[in-house]
Amino acid sequence: MPVSKEPVAVVGIGQTKHVAARRDVSIAGLVREAALAALADAELTWSDVDAVVIGKAPDFFEGVMMPELYLADALGAVGKPMLRVHTAGSVGGSTALVAANLVAARVHRTVLTLAFEKQSESNAMWGLSLPVPFQQPLLAGAGGFFAPHVRAYIRRTGAPDTVGSLVAYKDRRNALKNPYAHLHEHDLTLEKVQASPMLWDPIRYSETCPSSDGACAMVLTDRTGAARSPRPPAWVHGGAMRSEPTLFAGKDFVSPQAGKDCAADVYRQAGITDPRRELDAVEMYVPFSWYEPMWLENLGFAEEGEGWKLTEAGVTELDGDLPVNPSGGVLSTNPIGASGMIRFAEAALQVRGRAGEHQVPGARRALGHAYGGGAQFFAMWLVGSERPAT
Amino acid sequence: MPAAPVPEVLSAPLVVEFPFTRSLGPVQSAFLTGLRERVVLGVRTGDGRVMVPPVEYDPVTAEELRDLVEVAPTGTVTTWAWNDHPRRRQPLRTPFAWVLVRLDGADTALLHALDAPGPEAVSTGMRVRVRWAAERTGAITDIACFEPDEDRGAPAVAPAPHDGVFTDPVTGIVAEARLDYTYSPGRAQSAYLHALGERRTVGERCPDCRKVYVPPRGACPTCGVATTEQVEVGPAGTVTTFCIVNIKAKNLDIEVPYVYAHIALDGADLALHGRIGGIPYDQVRMGLRVEPVWTDGGRHPDHYRPTGEPDAAYDTYKELL
Repeated sequence: MPVSKEPVAVVGIGQTKHVAARRDVSIAGLVREAALAALADAELTWSDVDAVVIGKAPDFFEGVMMPELYLADALGAVGKPMLRVHTAGSVGGSTALVAANLVAARVHRTVLTLAFEKQSESNAMWGLSLPVPFQQPLLAGAGGFFAPHVRAYIRRTGAPDTVGSLVAYKDRRNALKNPYAHLHEHDLTLEKVQASPMLWDPIRYSETCPSSDGACAMVLTDRTGAARSPRPPAWVHGGAMRSEPTLFAGKDFVSPQAGKDCAADVYRQAGITDPRRELDAVEMYVPFSWYEPMWLENLGFAEEGEGWKLTEAGVTELDGDLPVNPSGGVLSTNPIGASGMIRFAEAALQVRGRAGEHQVPGARRALGHAYGGGAQFFAMWLVGSERPAT
Repeated sequence: MPAAPVPEVLSAPLVVEFPFTRSLGPVQSAFLTGLRERVVLGVRTGDGRVMVPPVEYDPVTAEELRDLVEVAPTGTVTTWAWNDHPRRRQPLRTPFAWVLVRLDGADTALLHALDAPGPEAVSTGMRVRVRWAAERTGAITDIACFEPDEDRGAPAVAPAPHDGVFTDPVTGIVAEARLDYTYSPGRAQSAYLHALGERRTVGERCPDCRKVYVPPRGACPTCGVATTEQVEVGPAGTVTTFCIVNIKAKNLDIEVPYVYAHIALDGADLALHGRIGGIPYDQVRMGLRVEPVWTDGGRHPDHYRPTGEPDAAYDTYKELL
């Protein structure tokens, strides 16, 4: 008889208050805040943790090459296994999945996982635009890279050009209900979003993510640990990662195959056949507003070409029947290295009933999603309020 | 088309450098500000040891450490390595020893440079003292280096408690990082670049899926096999998608607004990226037919301009976005 996986529970979640610059703390001090908050949520101490799995943005982004070495004492990892995961912008998601797999495989019982970034100490636009010899410098940063793909989506689907602004306005409004979100734009109106400067046409300023300092941590544990948890855990019902090359003939940047395959794997593990009906909330990685309708299709919530209709109809609003990014999402908070883990953590908060003002009432199943690189790394998990059958 | 003779593989220096900033947090702030004031601070751990340089968190218990103490500017070399060829921005320009120094009152050692006439003058256990920099800013370089001290034996120093409070504390530093690489684009891209020198665009065809890669990478990323068959493509092509860039990037000498486009050259199976000119930016559209515009001395086309042909039908390029 095959040995089944150990069910994995999220029993502790911690975030820093994300801001443009945390000049009052070192990187060690920043990660420490998130880790302590997660331990406090779980009512555990450093000695209860068996291993630490850490992720962060690409090294050039902040010039820290070996965070696992630098941060071992700050994260109570001395004498324990500690490892680092590296998958560009999806890293927060894949870091959580590596940690979850260590528990599922019964390698460790309780794992602290954490992801961070201090964008204020570097410049991501510089980090994405190294002066590689013999190449023609044409572009700097991520916005210009993704904007042509957004145009392709609009052309392919015939979406009205206002859809992006609807997403941005929704996510920024949701962020007002999330005390940890970076942007709290109380005076923002839809008209202001639509009148904001066009940076990389068709992407406007208010449809882009901010640059944030922040960290997110989670405590993952087994059934025994979950039984001791003082608060309801979130249970991992499925998790998967997929990769593909940055560029290849036939690559579909609008809806990458790796994203579709990753979602299909997660739904299969979780026994989901109709994600639109069976999921109660989604935290997806939307750094530019149009990625909401694009990912709605890629993740199977809408038929191809139909994602924008869900957004336009209000389905993805906090009170819609498929709330997307109740936390305010990446559009409101973007410490790049942590952004994927924040998606995973926010999904878990929803099914634990602990999302506070941005709680989706009665959420029982939620998806956390991250992507990175040239839309080439995907990481997702599906969490639920009930323990999965073993 | 037969494989062309193997051309010279290109290489060039790639320098990656950036002035990263670092917020220090309370402990490193006190330590570096102390150096500015010629005070060396350590931190006391839960088991009573004194760590110099100080850390924020206890290496044994992980508890927060804030119990600062002042140690002496003299100490003992615990180990060393001779550096015969000092490099750019190292502490001394003449040959010196890298040393680990346990300052009197500390239980751990600090890495720094020792100014000594030669390796014969350096030994583990030797006594050294701090040589302070004349101008101090709140940085590890405020210790210019260590220098040999008269051997009076290590004194029994009881580190004195210190509140770590200084006027005008240093709260951040700039940590300039620089990496020097030799970059080579490899055989396939070198051949591509050589052909561009003749104003020809030459890709490579995958022997399995028959797709033509421009620029070629020497292997098909889908099939995982080497590509060698060279295929000239273009010169004209189709704009498959694009954006209008309205913000000027610091490291780019291109006037905004400009159009950054994906261009599928005729015969290529994926789009390359280029700038569109010779047409007002707001008239560029998907399907626009374009051709390269070369400038003297340019390795790549400066930009692409409309050919005047009718736009390509969407169905002819929709797989090449």
